[in-house]
Amino acid sequence: MLYREAGQFKSTYAEDQQIFPIRQDRIALALLLLFAFVVVPMFADEYWLSAIIVPFLIFSLAALGLNILTGYAGQLSLGTAAFMAVGAFMAYNFVLRLPWLGIIPSFILAGLCAALVGIVFGLPSLRIKGFYLAVATLACQFFVLWAIQRWGWITNNSATGVITAQEVEILGYEFSSPASKYLLTLGIVAVMALLAKNLMRSETGRAFMAVRDMDVAASVIGIPMMKTKLLAFAISSFYCGIAGALYAYTYLGTVEPEAFTLDLSFRILFMIIIGGVGSILGSFLGAAFITLLPIFLNRLFGLISHGFDLEISHAIVSNIELMIFGGLIIFFLIVEPHGLARLWQITKEKLRLWPFPH
Amino acid sequence: MSRAGRIGETVLSVEGVSLAFGGVNALQDVSFDVREHEVRAIIGPNGAGKSSMLNVINGVYHPQHGTIRLRANGAWKEFHDMDPHEAASMGIARTFQNIALFKGMSVLDNVMTGRNLKMRTSFLEQAIWIGRARREELEHRRAAEEVIDFMEIQHIRKTPVGRLPYGLQKRVDLGRALAMEPQVLLLDEPMAGMNVEEKQDMSRFILDVNDEYGTTIVLIEHDMGVVMDISDRVVVLDYGRKIADGTPDEVRADQAVIDAYLGVAH
Amino acid sequence: MTDLSFFFEVLIGGLLAGIMYSLVALGFVLIYKASGVFNFAQGAMVFFAALTFVSVVKMGVNFWLALLITLAVMVVLGVSIEKIVLRPLVNQPPITLFMATIGLTFVLEGLSQIVWGSQPHALELGIPDVPMAWLLDTANINISQFDLFASGIAAVLVAALAIFFQYTRIGRALRAVADDHQAAQAVGIPLKHIWAIVWAVAGFVALVAGLMWGARNGVQYALTFIALKALPVLILGGFESIPGAIIGGLIVGASEKLAEVYIGPMVGGGIESWFAYVIALLFLLVRPQGLFGEKIIDRV
Repeated sequence: MLYREAGQFKSTYAEDQQIFPIRQDRIALALLLLFAFVVVPMFADEYWLSAIIVPFLIFSLAALGLNILTGYAGQLSLGTAAFMAVGAFMAYNFVLRLPWLGIIPSFILAGLCAALVGIVFGLPSLRIKGFYLAVATLACQFFVLWAIQRWGWITNNSATGVITAQEVEILGYEFSSPASKYLLTLGIVAVMALLAKNLMRSETGRAFMAVRDMDVAASVIGIPMMKTKLLAFAISSFYCGIAGALYAYTYLGTVEPEAFTLDLSFRILFMIIIGGVGSILGSFLGAAFITLLPIFLNRLFGLISHGFDLEISHAIVSNIELMIFGGLIIFFLIVEPHGLARLWQITKEKLRLWPFPH
Repeated sequence: MSRAGRIGETVLSVEGVSLAFGGVNALQDVSFDVREHEVRAIIGPNGAGKSSMLNVINGVYHPQHGTIRLRANGAWKEFHDMDPHEAASMGIARTFQNIALFKGMSVLDNVMTGRNLKMRTSFLEQAIWIGRARREELEHRRAAEEVIDFMEIQHIRKTPVGRLPYGLQKRVDLGRALAMEPQVLLLDEPMAGMNVEEKQDMSRFILDVNDEYGTTIVLIEHDMGVVMDISDRVVVLDYGRKIADGTPDEVRADQAVIDAYLGVAH
Repeated sequence: MTDLSFFFEVLIGGLLAGIMYSLVALGFVLIYKASGVFNFAQGAMVFFAALTFVSVVKMGVNFWLALLITLAVMVVLGVSIEKIVLRPLVNQPPITLFMATIGLTFVLEGLSQIVWGSQPHALELGIPDVPMAWLLDTANINISQFDLFASGIAAVLVAALAIFFQYTRIGRALRAVADDHQAAQAVGIPLKHIWAIVWAVAGFVALVAGLMWGARNGVQYALTFIALKALPVLILGGFESIPGAIIGGLIVGASEKLAEVYIGPMVGGGIESWFAYVIALLFLLVRPQGLFGEKIIDRV
């Protein structure tokens, strides 16, 4: 009975348009933000912050980007990691060669570079559909990685192709501690999530979904195919590019091209399948799930091997992890194709009645 | 005022259109005109090419020969290879026989997509959601709600369309087309699969659209009773050719039409 | 060595490498033809087959018996996949099925390595990877005996599959199911049996491909990603054509090798990693249905 919208009437369309029209949701969100921005950095231990929470945020952002393209606009992409790579390496170049720009503008420019690459490799989507499009994004994935390794200027002619991300400094303040990196990442991700939510609720989002659901009908209504699809690629790649830049600057530090292989693209695809395609919340849920699962499994197997005095090799654990990922994908596709986000919605529906059974 | 009194000058003209797929001739040298504010029916036995004709008018198919001329904003535009979305921007809207609704979206969202051509704000403004973007969204929300009221689907506005029964989906389809504020509305078998009551409702909606908004309507329909009741003039197609053109009464009495429907060899 | 004979060496080497891709692509075509599913897990099936065979042989089992055992395992695997993964998803859009096969890939990879371990294995088929002596002596062209043998096997396999599809009752039933499930059921074709058969045959094809690839490159984890190379092959050859898979493979293999040798040095080398995909992409832009596919008309 706590979670009831009784008594909350919307008398204008403006009120109905809010992201969180139910008051309880607004309160929950405010508490969550308070927790994230204030409580976590004060109390979380450094390992958790830098090894788990920051990558979770970064992957959420990348998953968000992929969701915009694949979940909302229906264009399958297997090149997510390539767009992240563009963001990471171009951010490095901007900070290196134009140091007066500042980190945030460098990130934004890097994102725009990623958007440009996205548009180029998104051009085939005008003629190709469904998983044939996956081939175009695969071409992008392999080509971008090859280019980064072969075009010396990208890595500042580093012999190994590895670059070291510079220190993040904004307006004289150095973001070097785990807590400060966390706050920077959180801030960027939160803002971009808000922008994405606004965008998907408005006409752009509807146009994307129309193209996804039935593009001939969308065309008949007057939605321009080319502009819409390319915009989806551009925005999605921008998000992935920023995620890539964050990946380099607030998590990896030393960045090698091998960090952005096809494997990563698949991981992010899994995040949106499990979390929920076409859902902003789903991107976060999926990223959390995939980031936390290996840790959970490690602890679990640690317990089992201690408890039963068994020797379970690391290789076996990581293979079991593979199987569980694959199995979960299949499970979710069969049982709940809309992923965790839908399960969350169903929970909220049940909460409206709780604690009463009906 | 009688409906005949409101009918204006020619607004759409189909001239010598021929369409073929591979070796199959869907349409052969079809010509007819549509006058402003009228309800024009296209009828004919199965496979006569009626849907293909609509598809040509709104640019889904490109005819091998012939042109379509449309009077938009006072000027005549001639075309034979435009895109569907160009057709939409010129004021032609349509519904589909198989209800091409956006299954992943709610009724309200589907109707709102019809407002797409009228929205001007860029995606950046929409992302930041202040000022112009907000106001535009609200303004079009109001327009969409008017259409929703008109089609009497307020009670299901937030329901995902995939969950609606067939009859209601058809109404949403019509609503989405209306949201475009079209000059010419193409209806592809709007009453297919409906029972008597649903057909009466749909007929009422179509006539109301024609009355209140003055929209010119071109519709394909199999139910003769409906056609006779609501149309001003009728075109009859058979095997891709036009075999009759006139008022419902004239067409009903035409021997060629009777032969076509009875399957008399010709 | 003259330029021309070098060119031929590269060309023929590429063509033969392409045949290897075709072997994998054949498995895809089979499943796609019969059920419309793009089985991303075909590569993992190839890996699993090779690994099972090699491990059974290592346990001391005779070559031919090991072959039979592996075949049985692959058939069981294929049938189980059809039953557990695909049947529940039978009415979903193709993209969902595709993603399910991606998930399946990971399951198979993990399973293979848990059961048989993750070190690379060598696979001996008795045919050495050495140049054909008489070719080397007479025309100064270096072509591997093994590659020729693999092409021979592929040719036999293709012929067998083509005959199977065209002339046998089951083959006809398979083609009917591929065309229209419901119509096929209406004439009494038992869908579930058919799909089980298809997956079993795909398992067999995976075994042959696994043996060839395993012998050539060793049986290791990377084998799973051969599946990715099959994608450009299928795009060129069409997803439903058996001869198309061969021709697509030949084109991909040859153009990849030629590009690497002749264009590669100009841009830093290593273009084999993406060249095939770009070719496939350009091809899609011009002819989305591949060389042998059927044109798709969008009816509204």
